Amino acid sequence: MTWIQDHLGLIGSLAVRHAVLAGIPLLLGLVVSLPLGWLAHRYRRLAPVALAGTGLLYTIPSLALFILMPLLLGTKILNPINVVAAMTIYTIALLVRTVVDGLDSVPKDVDAAALAMGLTGLRRLLGVQLPLAIPVIAAGLRVAAVSNVSIVSVASIIGVSQLGDLLVDGYNRDIPGALWAGIIGCLALALLFDIVIQVVARLLTPWRASTKPAAAGAPA
Amino acid sequence: MIRFDAVTKTYPGGTTAVDGLTLEAPTGQITVLVGPSGCGKTTSLRMVNRMIEPTSGTISIDGRDTASMDPATLRRGIGYVIQHGGLFPHHTIERNIATVPLLLGTDKSTAYARARELLERVGLPQSLAKRYPAQLSGGQQQRVGVARALAADPPVMLMDEPFSAVDPVVRTQLQAEFLRLQRDLGKTILFVTHDIDEAITLGDQVAVLRVGGHLAQMASPSELLAHPADDFVADFVGRDRGYRALSFVDGVLPALAEPTVAVGDSAELARERAIDGWVLVTDDERPLGWYAVGSPGDQVTAERLALGGTLARQGGTLRAALDSALSAPSGRGVVVTDEGKLAGTLTAAAVIEVIEQQRTGRDRAPAVQDDPSAEPRIQHSPGGESP
Ligand SMILES: Nc1ncnc2c1ncn2[C@@H]1O[C@H](COP(=O)(O)OP(=O)(O)OP(=O)(O)O)[C@@H](O)[C@H]1O
Ligand SMILES: [Mg+2]
Repeated sequence: MTWIQDHLGLIGSLAVRHAVLAGIPLLLGLVVSLPLGWLAHRYRRLAPVALAGTGLLYTIPSLALFILMPLLLGTKILNPINVVAAMTIYTIALLVRTVVDGLDSVPKDVDAAALAMGLTGLRRLLGVQLPLAIPVIAAGLRVAAVSNVSIVSVASIIGVSQLGDLLVDGYNRDIPGALWAGIIGCLALALLFDIVIQVVARLLTPWRASTKPAAAGAPA
Repeated sequence: MIRFDAVTKTYPGGTTAVDGLTLEAPTGQITVLVGPSGCGKTTSLRMVNRMIEPTSGTISIDGRDTASMDPATLRRGIGYVIQHGGLFPHHTIERNIATVPLLLGTDKSTAYARARELLERVGLPQSLAKRYPAQLSGGQQQRVGVARALAADPPVMLMDEPFSAVDPVVRTQLQAEFLRLQRDLGKTILFVTHDIDEAITLGDQVAVLRVGGHLAQMASPSELLAHPADDFVADFVGRDRGYRALSFVDGVLPALAEPTVAVGDSAELARERAIDGWVLVTDDERPLGWYAVGSPGDQVTAERLALGGTLARQGGTLRAALDSALSAPSGRGVVVTDEGKLAGTLTAAAVIEVIEQQRTGRDRAPAVQDDPSAEPRIQHSPGGESP
C-alpha cells in the first residue's frame, strides 16, 4: 500500500486521462445515438437493420478496433483520438438500442395526446418523447459507462496511457500496489460515472420524484 | 358541423375499421359514437383531426374539407380528450392545460392564468396547478384532460371515452358536470363511448356502430330506445330499455303532501303522523330519511332513520320518479325542489298510472333533453296548471 501512497500523483493523472477517454466517448456516443435511435423508432423497418448493425459493432474485439482506427482515420498510432473514436463506436453500439427502447417506452396515449394537441416533429420529440425516455436512456447510459471504463484500460497495449497502465505494469513488474491501484481506480471511476448519471437523470426528471410518497411536497 | 361523407378506413393489415360512414355532428350539440370494442370509434374520431388519414371519403368541418388543411393547425383548433387521459406526466397540471395556448403563441403568464381558471371550471381547486399528473386521482386527471382540451376555446371537441377510467359514482358526477359545462359553452362535440347509458345520458344524438365500422343507427336517445332499427341495436341498447326510455318522458305527476317529524320529536308524535307505519323525517324542510313506527326508544333520532330512497327532483323525469318510489322503504318516493326541500311524495302506482295515461292518449312528443329552465313537471297536486 505504500506504493499507492508514493504514487498518488501518477494515479491521479492516469485516472483523469481514464475518465476523459471513457467519458468523452460516452457523450459523443449519446449525441450520435439519439438521432439514429429516433430514426429507427420512427421508421420501424429501419429498426432491425440499425439495431443489428450497431449491435454487431460491439462484438469487434477492442484491441482490433484500436489498431484499425489509425488506418481508418489516418491518425498516428499513439494518438488518443483513436481510443476516443473506438470507444464512441462501442457506446453507439450499446445506446442506439437504448434510445429506441426509451422512445418505445413513452406511453402510447401520451404520445397520441402530443400529436392530437398539434405538436409536430422536433417539438414532439424534444418536448414529450425524449423527456419521457430519459429513465430508460439513463439506464442504458449507466451500462455503457461501466463498459467504457473497463474497455478503455486495454488501450495501454497500444501505448495510450490511463489506469490500465497500472494493471499492465503491475503485472509485468510484479507490483501488487500498482495492480490494486488500477483495479480500485477503475472501480471507483465506474462508480463515479454511475452516480453522476443517476444524479443528472434525477435532476432532469423532477416529476418522477413526485410519485414517491416520501417526496409528496410539490416542487415549486 | 362535422360531416363524414362515405368515410372508409382500411388499415395496412387489411382490417376495415370504418366502412362507408356518413354522418353529421351538428354545431353546438353532442353527438355520441357508441358501439362495442373494436368497432372503429377511436379511428373515426382520429380521422377528424387527421391523426389517422381516411382511406377514402371526406370529412369536413363547417363545410371545409379537412384534407385541405395543415394537420398541425387543424389539431390546435380542435380540443381532444384522449382515452385514459393521456396527460403529460412530466408537465405540471397548469403546463398540461396550457399546452395548446402556448403552442399558439400565448405568453406564459396569460396561458397559466387561464389554466387556473379552467381548473375551477372543471371543478378542481387551483392549488392543484403546480402538481404533476401522478399526484392526482384518476377522476381529477380526467377533469384535467377536459380542461386541457378546452384551453384554447376550440369550437369543436373530440372526446374519446373521457370518463371511462373512474368508478360509477365519480363517472355520474363527471357526466353531470360535463352537461352543465356544455350548456354554457355550446361546443360541437363528437363523443366516443362503449357505454350505452353514457351515450343516452349525454347525447343530443347517438350513432350506434357495429363491428366492422358500419353505422347501425343514428337517432336521438329517446328514438333509439323507442324504435331501435334492428336486432343489433335493440340488443346493444339493452333489455331494460323500456324502463330507461322513461328518462325522456315527462308528465304531470300527482305528488301528495307528506306529514313530517323532526329529529328529537317523540315517538308518540311520529306514530300519530305515520302513514302505513312510516313517517318522513325532515330538517328545515330537507328530507333526512324514513322513521319506522315501533323503532326502539321514545324519540326520533338520526341513527334510527332508514336512509335509502333516491330523491326525485321536481321537473325530473318519470324514470327518476319511479325509481324514487321503488327505492323508498315506505313505498312513497320523495320529491324535492331544486333547492332540495320537500315537495311531496308519490307512489309507484301513481307513476305507472301516468305512464298508462300517456300510452293511451299520447298527445305530446317526448322531451329529448331536460330543460332546467322549464316549468317544474312534477306538480304538487293533480289538476295543477300544465307545464
Ligand atoms: N394502427 C392500427 N393498425 C391496424 N389495425 C388497427 C389499428 N388501430 C386500430 N385497428 C383495428 O381497427 C379496429 C377499430 O379500432 P378502434 O381503435 O377504432 O376501435 P374502438 O371502437 O375505438 O375500440 P375500443 O372501444 O376498444 O377503444 C379494430 O379491429 C382494431 O384492431
Ligand atoms: Mg377506442
